[in-house]
Amino acid sequence: MLLITCPYCGPRDESEFSCGGEAHIARPLAESSLTDAEFADYLFLRDNPKGLFLERWRHAAGCRRWFNMARDTVTHEIVEIYPMGSGPASKAGKAAHAASWRRDTAAEAASKPAHKSRAKKDKVS
Amino acid sequence: MTQVNRLDGGLIDRDTPLDFTFDGRRYGGFAGDTLASALLANGVRLVGRSFKYHRPRGIISAGSEEPNALVELREGARREPNSRATMTELHDGLVARSQNRFPSLGFDLMAVNDRFSAFLGAGFYYKTFMWPKAFWERVYEPLIRQAAGLGALSGDPDPDVYDRGFRHCDLLVIGAGPAGLMAALTAGRAGAEVILVDEDFRAGGRLTMERETVAGINGADWAAEAAAELVSMPNVRVMPRSTAIGVFDHGIYSVLERVADHLPVPREGTPRQILWRVYAKRAILAAGATERLIAFDNNDRPGIMQASAVRGYVNRWAAAPAERIAIFTNNDDGHRTAADLAAAGVEIAAIIDSRPDAPASDVAELFAGAVVSNSSGRRGVGHVTLRLADGGRKHVSCGALAVSGGWNPNVHLTCHHRGRPQWQENIAAFVPGDGVPPGLAVAGAARGIFSTAGALADGRDQALAQLAELGIKVTSATVPEADDTPVKITPLWHVGGTGRAWLDQQNDVTVKDVGLAHQENFRAVEHLKRYTTLGMAGDQGRTSNVLGLAVMAELTGKTIADTGTTIYRPPYTPTPIAAFAGRSVGRNFRPTRLPPSHHWAAEQGAVFVEAGSWMRAQWFPREGEVHWRESVDREVLATRRSVGVCDVSTLGKIDIQGNDAGAFLDLVYSNRFSTLPVGRTRYGLMLREDGMVMDDGTTARLGETHYLMTTTTANAVGVYRHLEFVRQCLRPDMDVQLISATDSWAQFAVAGPNARRVLQAVVDSQHDISNEAFPFMACRAISVCGGVPARLFRISFSGELAYEIAVPARYGDAMIRALMAAGEPHDITPYGTEALGVMRIEKGHVTGNELNGTITAHNLGMAKMVSTKKDSIGAVLAGREALVAEDGLCLVGLQAIDGDHVTAGAHMFAESTPVDAAHDEGYVTSAAWSPHIGASIGLGFIVRGANRHGETVRLMNPLEGRSARARICSPHFIDPEGERLRG
Repeated sequence: MLLITCPYCGPRDESEFSCGGEAHIARPLAESSLTDAEFADYLFLRDNPKGLFLERWRHAAGCRRWFNMARDTVTHEIVEIYPMGSGPASKAGKAAHAASWRRDTAAEAASKPAHKSRAKKDKVS
Repeated sequence: MTQVNRLDGGLIDRDTPLDFTFDGRRYGGFAGDTLASALLANGVRLVGRSFKYHRPRGIISAGSEEPNALVELREGARREPNSRATMTELHDGLVARSQNRFPSLGFDLMAVNDRFSAFLGAGFYYKTFMWPKAFWERVYEPLIRQAAGLGALSGDPDPDVYDRGFRHCDLLVIGAGPAGLMAALTAGRAGAEVILVDEDFRAGGRLTMERETVAGINGADWAAEAAAELVSMPNVRVMPRSTAIGVFDHGIYSVLERVADHLPVPREGTPRQILWRVYAKRAILAAGATERLIAFDNNDRPGIMQASAVRGYVNRWAAAPAERIAIFTNNDDGHRTAADLAAAGVEIAAIIDSRPDAPASDVAELFAGAVVSNSSGRRGVGHVTLRLADGGRKHVSCGALAVSGGWNPNVHLTCHHRGRPQWQENIAAFVPGDGVPPGLAVAGAARGIFSTAGALADGRDQALAQLAELGIKVTSATVPEADDTPVKITPLWHVGGTGRAWLDQQNDVTVKDVGLAHQENFRAVEHLKRYTTLGMAGDQGRTSNVLGLAVMAELTGKTIADTGTTIYRPPYTPTPIAAFAGRSVGRNFRPTRLPPSHHWAAEQGAVFVEAGSWMRAQWFPREGEVHWRESVDREVLATRRSVGVCDVSTLGKIDIQGNDAGAFLDLVYSNRFSTLPVGRTRYGLMLREDGMVMDDGTTARLGETHYLMTTTTANAVGVYRHLEFVRQCLRPDMDVQLISATDSWAQFAVAGPNARRVLQAVVDSQHDISNEAFPFMACRAISVCGGVPARLFRISFSGELAYEIAVPARYGDAMIRALMAAGEPHDITPYGTEALGVMRIEKGHVTGNELNGTITAHNLGMAKMVSTKKDSIGAVLAGREALVAEDGLCLVGLQAIDGDHVTAGAHMFAESTPVDAAHDEGYVTSAAWSPHIGASIGLGFIVRGANRHGETVRLMNPLEGRSARARICSPHFIDPEGERLRG
């Protein structure tokens, strides 16, 4: 039983929320041509780490808003809660985000407009 | 009746005598008694029979750890088995009975089990009930069910109310003994919001049971004064009869309050029990400690008790367990019992102290370095046998034996987050170790500080530490003076012998059983527990675990610290299921939703059916109709012939608005909606991202930036949730807003050739709804009955000329009555969900039966609806090779031949193939009797179905032992060209 601080409603009981699983899974854009296996990374493959996990949660029996939560799956410690569309701010949250295998997938690259990702690549090189 | 063992003094109210019965005999007690203390005062030692061997058993303890004295309380529907006599407050007229005996407690036939104990050792059921296999269900299971368990439920619904509640505090203090009281006083006086819970009905913990002085007065009086001070503080809530049963995350604690268990029946308007969820910023566990026994042969006879319990019964309840009591101890605490018994004038038979260096006693004969090796007596102890220091034997006659084997801190709640207790050698006990839940501190005896002075000081110190973390300032915090005796113990776990020495009395686990577990290599503590059931009884091993571990440690040659301990889980004490259910029972288990025309339908005598949380009219029987099919056939035919009306408010309605509403719908539907003209409605197919069909329905465009989506009744919640996920998580950039409007609008389908005529009578005349002005798939905001706002949709589920008319939900009842009145000249017929289903099957419309999560648009023959010109959810994976294969499943209609019946769930086979999985060609999803066709029809999926119309297949239903033959046909049994609905 967790006590979750909804960013819009304040601290509420876990029973008001529903967990939507792993966060930061971007949907590939239509113009991309991914293989079925690459698309599966987006649709089917989910992490299940022991330790800090970035998750999507929904205040189902409240404001119905989705938000992100960095939660330790062992201790249930909630490290931070941050809005949809933004990334983690804590050091541990950032590290967990950066360390995800998903960052290197074609599915994630395909979620950003082509010119943007190319521009980023150019910058790096 | 005289209370033969009642002494003077005690904390009972002798001005309030109470009557009660046990096994039909009447006894007397006083207010302040528990059932256990009253039974002892009346000289009753035998109170139950053990679980497996049906051995005579008596009261062991004076608290919630009681493993033996489990009785059945009350009568009728309030009958409650397995109640601990030690936790049962006596009330006038209490009816209690012993359990697990037949025909009587004194003479129990099943006691024969005790003679066959050699065959009933640990794990016997793993070895015994194996062969023959045919016996499993017919012989063994009924046999085991008959023998298992102790008491029996009444079988009647519980007449009492149970509730759930929520409380918040700065500091939760668990236990109102010296440590808990001192912690609560310290925090309360500092102004913190405090909740103090204790399972007893009287505050003080052990102070109520000892002869001790605190702050110069009797310890029990000091506790009463402290409790009174706490009750007087507005920032402190004292909760007696309340047990903290579990620790959850982030400072959430479960507390069971027994509001009315001490009353014959709960007071009017109050629940019997409340399960509180306490949100505590910090908590202190001051749960005290439990005295353990020492195992020796036949140590389970009634009268053999914890020494601390004997002392407690004498001091608090003025009830001597027997006239002559012997004491068996391995530590100084036993001598304290001796002193208290002597002070109360109870005869002490002997003090048997296993330590050769036992301190001298001036109250009784002392046998130092001696042990009790056996007991004898029928239905209760009469003699104990001593093995003296010099090896000699001696018999001592006594009616009770007080055993003190040392104290185990009540660490249970510290384990609820998988914390592991650790061994502390100097007190020979486990104390809280690593993994104590964050925010929970432990004080007093619960962490091995056993003296009263130590507990008081520790209670204050732990409170100060917690208050400091909360930023609450404390000006002064003094601790009263109290007894401070050091504890000296030389561990003795069991006295070797040739007979059976009990460890876990409730589950009948003996020292020999642990030996057997060791011999069969179940040596790890968790294996030991499961193999022998040691510690799996209602007390969760509070009276047995450490003894069992010590025996195992001896056998393996390890230390107890290395052997480790099993951990404890919630609930701390047995908790009724009813308390967890609270008020969520019967019809309140979940909400029931009633469509707006419900009361009207009830007046018509409709038969209702549960559809998800909705109650929907299934059919409307008329006088003379005896079979449901008569009603349903009539409703279908009347609708197709003239006009019918049906409440379809339960279909999900989602209002979608915003500049990107069209683009949003293009994303969530496989077909395009941004091009839909205002004032028109379109059928939409919604896919999951994996390409399977999720739901279907019509969506109307009410304005440039305003759409109204309908979903199936079953998926209303799921689709809305899905749309919110897409909006918030996948496309937060879109300007679109959603709201569920399902409950806001009452919606009625008016179907049949006369539908327009009926509607023209209720729609206000300025709205032209002629076929030209309001064609098929039109939608418009209109008004009805002289200005009531309404929405009209020309959509058809039945295949007839049909409309759905929606009015604000509060007009729903009036609307159905107006429609019925307007339709009277046309003999309008209300129809229910059955007729709705028949007509949609006749028309070949799919619903939840067909959209079962494994079906694609291709299977439905709707592949063209998945637009490849735009991005939509599911479009990518809907194109997977196997999903678009030409020989895939295809929706077909089925018409039974030779008078057979189509049954949903049947699998389809070609005429002459074997009936096995390899030749399975498809399955039936929906079936109905079509009064229109005059045959049993259905819908189903079969491979290459589109090319097989006219072919005969066999419908095999081995589950129900049925088979039938049917002809494959178009799923549109009626009006395949759609002329009726356009007319």
